[in-house]
Amino acid sequence: MAKIVIDGIEYEANPNNNLLQECLSQGLDLPYFCWHPCMGSVGACRQCAVKQYRDADDKDGLLVMACMTPASEGSIISVQDPQAKDMRERVIESLMISHPHDCPVCEEGGECHLQDMTLMSGHNYRRYDKKKVTHRNQYLGPFINHEMNRCITCYRCVRFYDDYAGGTDLSAQASHHHTYFGRHEEGVLESEFSGNLVEVCPTGVFTDKAFSSNYARKWDLQTAPSVCTGCAIGCNTTPGERYGSLRRIVNRYNSEINGYFICDRGRFGFDYVNNEERIEAPLAKKEGELAVVPTDELQSAIETFQGSGVIGIASPRASNESNFALRCLVGDENFYSGVSDAEHEATQLILSLAKDSAFHAPSVREIELADAVIVVGEDVTNVAPRVALALRQSVRNKAKELAEDCNIPQWQDAAVRELAQHDRSPLAILSSYATRLDDIASDIVIDSPTEIANIAAAVANRISGNAPAASSDDSSVAQIAAQLSEAKRPLVIAGSTSGSVNHIQAAANIARALNEKRGAVIDLCLLVPEVNTIGMSLLVSERNSLGTALEKISNGQTKKAIVLENDLYRRAAKQKIDEAFQKVEMLVIDQLPSATTAKASLVLPSTSFSEQESTYVNYEGRAQLSFQVHRNHAAALPAWRWLSDQQSGDIESLINRCAEEAKNFDKLDDLLPDLNQFVAGMKIPRQSHRYSGRTAMKANLNVHEPKQPVDDQSIMSFSMEGIPATKDSSVLGAAWSPAWNSNQSISKFQEEINGDLKQGHVGELLIERNEIGSYLSVDQQPNNSNGGLQVAVAYQIFGSDELSAKSKTIQHRMTDAYVALSPKDAESLDLNQGDNVSLDGDGNIAIACIRSKMKQGTVAVYCGDNDIDRHALGATIVLSKVAEAKMKHGIQGLIVSDLYEDGY
Amino acid sequence: MVTKPLTKNIDMSRPPLDIAAYEASDGYQSVKAIADGLTPDNVMQIVKDSGLKGRGGAGFPTGLKWSFVPRGDSAPKQKYFVVNADEMEPGTFKDRLLMEGDPHLLIEGMIIGAYTIQASTAYIFLRGEYKVSEKALKNAIAEAYERGYLGKNIQGTGFDLDIILHTSAGRYICGEETALLNALEGKRANPRAKPPFPQVSGLWGKPTIVNNVETICNLPGILTYGVDWYHGLTKGNDHGTKLFGISGKVKTPGCWELPLGLPIRQLIEEYGGGMRDGLELRAFLPGGGSTDFMLPEHLDLKLDYDEIAKAGSRLATGTMILLDNETCPVGMVGNLMKFFSHESCGFCTPCRDGLPWVDEIFNEFESGCGTDKDLQILHEHVEYLGPGRTFCALAPGATAPLGSGLKYFADDFDRHIKEKRCPYRH
Repeated sequence: MAKIVIDGIEYEANPNNNLLQECLSQGLDLPYFCWHPCMGSVGACRQCAVKQYRDADDKDGLLVMACMTPASEGSIISVQDPQAKDMRERVIESLMISHPHDCPVCEEGGECHLQDMTLMSGHNYRRYDKKKVTHRNQYLGPFINHEMNRCITCYRCVRFYDDYAGGTDLSAQASHHHTYFGRHEEGVLESEFSGNLVEVCPTGVFTDKAFSSNYARKWDLQTAPSVCTGCAIGCNTTPGERYGSLRRIVNRYNSEINGYFICDRGRFGFDYVNNEERIEAPLAKKEGELAVVPTDELQSAIETFQGSGVIGIASPRASNESNFALRCLVGDENFYSGVSDAEHEATQLILSLAKDSAFHAPSVREIELADAVIVVGEDVTNVAPRVALALRQSVRNKAKELAEDCNIPQWQDAAVRELAQHDRSPLAILSSYATRLDDIASDIVIDSPTEIANIAAAVANRISGNAPAASSDDSSVAQIAAQLSEAKRPLVIAGSTSGSVNHIQAAANIARALNEKRGAVIDLCLLVPEVNTIGMSLLVSERNSLGTALEKISNGQTKKAIVLENDLYRRAAKQKIDEAFQKVEMLVIDQLPSATTAKASLVLPSTSFSEQESTYVNYEGRAQLSFQVHRNHAAALPAWRWLSDQQSGDIESLINRCAEEAKNFDKLDDLLPDLNQFVAGMKIPRQSHRYSGRTAMKANLNVHEPKQPVDDQSIMSFSMEGIPATKDSSVLGAAWSPAWNSNQSISKFQEEINGDLKQGHVGELLIERNEIGSYLSVDQQPNNSNGGLQVAVAYQIFGSDELSAKSKTIQHRMTDAYVALSPKDAESLDLNQGDNVSLDGDGNIAIACIRSKMKQGTVAVYCGDNDIDRHALGATIVLSKVAEAKMKHGIQGLIVSDLYEDGY
Repeated sequence: MVTKPLTKNIDMSRPPLDIAAYEASDGYQSVKAIADGLTPDNVMQIVKDSGLKGRGGAGFPTGLKWSFVPRGDSAPKQKYFVVNADEMEPGTFKDRLLMEGDPHLLIEGMIIGAYTIQASTAYIFLRGEYKVSEKALKNAIAEAYERGYLGKNIQGTGFDLDIILHTSAGRYICGEETALLNALEGKRANPRAKPPFPQVSGLWGKPTIVNNVETICNLPGILTYGVDWYHGLTKGNDHGTKLFGISGKVKTPGCWELPLGLPIRQLIEEYGGGMRDGLELRAFLPGGGSTDFMLPEHLDLKLDYDEIAKAGSRLATGTMILLDNETCPVGMVGNLMKFFSHESCGFCTPCRDGLPWVDEIFNEFESGCGTDKDLQILHEHVEYLGPGRTFCALAPGATAPLGSGLKYFADDFDRHIKEKRCPYRH
């Protein structure tokens, strides 16, 4: 640590940081624009000017930019120096020259960093009386609005989009005061992380388009700390509600997981919550049609599903509490997995590896620390997007190393990038098709799923001869093995979504070989597809696969089933499900109608993630608590409440019971907020102290202001009253601090910049690692016997997730089911780009997508929103061209680097 | 004795010397000296001893600049030597003379520089508009390859060097060495943060020296005729000759090679032929558009870096712009401001948004709408755009004529405000 003096007061500072970062870490106010806590400094905006003195005798000092000056031992600076203050006021005046004063109609108003910094700098009178510079705006797709006139040219957008997130279609154009940030031509922003521009932009150039169309000010949104349910990463989010509809989602800082950024699925995939098709009341089948159950008949209808012999089918998208409540109701032995049998097998393997003391499941932050990575079979960008963004940072560890050798501070962002250029830490990707991370990969192997397992097994065997032998003549095996062996912190990534359990086996062998050679715990990141796949699987017994449940139904061993938030047509072949559903009476609890609810005899509406308090377990085994944001205005209840005694009991006692009874869940109750910390027993308001219109919101119905609804379930209230989370961030929804109205106020809640939140927690790792494992034999898949094409499963960030695919915003970006195949295979099948093809001739129609990097003999099948019955597909398929069928989206929205024909 | 090492071969009435004629005029002697055993360290020492200062504007000692490049076994293998030939300083046309008139001199200098820092690739970053220079350099580079002065194992030295001629897409900021490097890499021509300096992390992140054309053209002479000869060329404190230029309403504007240390008056009267009949010298910018105005009272100062600096200006490129008594000084400064405003790269706030405001205010003065408030804002911008506040030297350069202009021509600004018109217009 170094001692630095700021305005006469001595502080302890980290000499590896710059002065701006240290000032903010100390809680001081110093305005800035171009610096970003995790993108470092470039010195463009000149807003953070301070006076620096050579020594105690130096009375004159020199103006320096705090963000470009190291906080080295003995630094003496003044933030309050009149010359420095004058400089900062001048800079704001310059930035404001062409800024339109359209705050009242700007979506950023009220959470605008530019507004905050303008006030902080003291600029309050417009002297510039000449013409302003104006720009034309662009259409940037369904997610983002563009209003260039508001731009203050801080370069943050391109630094995030291009430098940090690897985008290629947003750039700084033109120069001097005409500098323009946009695309080369109008069009959809391609990056899966484009939504972060909304938060990265310090003003209203890039705003949330979906939110704009149904807008409310930040202070008028009811918010609570939440967890994204779009995939298994568990990014922390802040959803905002007004007038009963969920309006938007923004990032919520979690130092271990998402940090400052989330993906576009997470940001824009929520509006199924507002879907008019939401199930609003309990429905029962009468004469073949679902009809609303009269209130007085409801209890008896539910009771028919209680008692022995009823089986429960769990859900990877339901909370721990709902799954646990179902398990309690039906009993352990009648509680079955809600994922496909193949996924169940893979997930069970993942769970056993999660208990292995040789491995560590890295958090997203830890993934960024890896200096050599191998990805076995997973399409990380499309199944766990936030991890893909972290991998983009991990390959920069080489740059950080080079910078250290040259004494360039890590926060000197542009300098570090210019030094390293294209020198990156190794990233090897074994995949069946070209991925969105190929541009940063050192080794790319595109092959069939079977061969990928072979190559990965060969890498393991190359690292340690004790790993099972594998035959692969792939030339990159030796290099990949060497890269991983030589790295300081190697990382192995695989998962269940590739659909091949042998990918996980081979990846585990690589990690074990590294563990054996190095004697150190190895980062093994095993991805699963859904928000609570791990939580559900921890509750389900290994024997109880969905297949055994279906068998039990087919055998007539059970006549009644409760299906929890799950469309089973996505989990097994349609034929099997149809057969089973004919023989069973079903109670289905869900939010939206599905093919499964259509077959139910009783349907109960459940609340969405934002309408309930719940916990989820992410891919690492990290449990997190997500608070209720708003009430459901229909009759929906949290699924666990339908499944337990509806009159009594609350979420906290259920969590406590789960912690007590369920194996591996003993730390779950640590997630509950400590009630002692709240002043005078007052609740935490979900509404800001500036929340407006409460007395008028319902005046069209009744001029008497209704009593605010009481939340007796939670420590949060549906109200403005209470003690807002000003310092305690464990219950912090929307960050706000005096003078800091934008999301940048998060620095006021951090222990230090980029550090943990004060009193906040990062979740609880549930699974204990106390087992010693051994090498796995890598399953061999049957050879290509029927002459068909080997199938790999493909995913899309927009479309593969069941619930977000029901969001209108996401639907704009979805494609239809497609079959990606190599140009040679296409030629031999006489297929052209965009042709409709039948898979195995069984009525599954997809669009042919010819990709130049596909391996001949392998196809990648993207099943759309369950448009193709994935579980009916064999390991190989036969394709045939069919007449043009009516499709929903086409594949024009597909963003891949290797489409065979340009201009399609 | 050679007294004009930079221009001895230049005769603009004929094409430049071909390689044979250049060799006959002591050309490529330095490469032969290297072949005869002169080590990189030897050359470095000679250049240090010569006292050569950069001729691009900043006047930084060349040998010292070179010495920051990492050497030895642990140094990166790839290094680059880059010629800054993006001559765009208003009033400056000296590098053009050298490249059009004697391209082999530049190439020989580049071989010396690249050899000293052991760079196997050298770039010439040439201003796009310099079509004649481009042609001359292309021919000369081809000839040098043919004679074995470029390419692999130059003259048996074991030293390899390729020269790549890059014609710029243009912009004043490319004269800033780090913006030049970004442009050469195909990126936006924004300057880079310093440190790290290009000597450590330059082109493609490798150690790089960027030198001005004229600086490099000094090298063959120093190596061929020796340090003592070089010191003997000078009359003042600085060493060697320098190209001086005059633009403005003198009788014979032009560019001449003269020893450093010549009195300013001598340059204007003897070489420029004095002011045109009927005109008086009002003020002058001694070293291009980004230097402070000097007045007739400074005419007896010597043309060397230190003496001009003491008078509050900079020798910079050594190419003067003269202001006469019938040209509006407010208009002249305004014209420069328009240039600098337009040439800002748009990276840092004061330069990007400050200069256009300044430019707008000069437009108001020009049309008779300037006010006292405008004048006040101009004064504020002199400080606001000054050194240390902006990312690079472009805006501080612009404040040199602005600040000194406001000081020396205060009456003219006042007259524009009071008379609501430009008093120099008839």
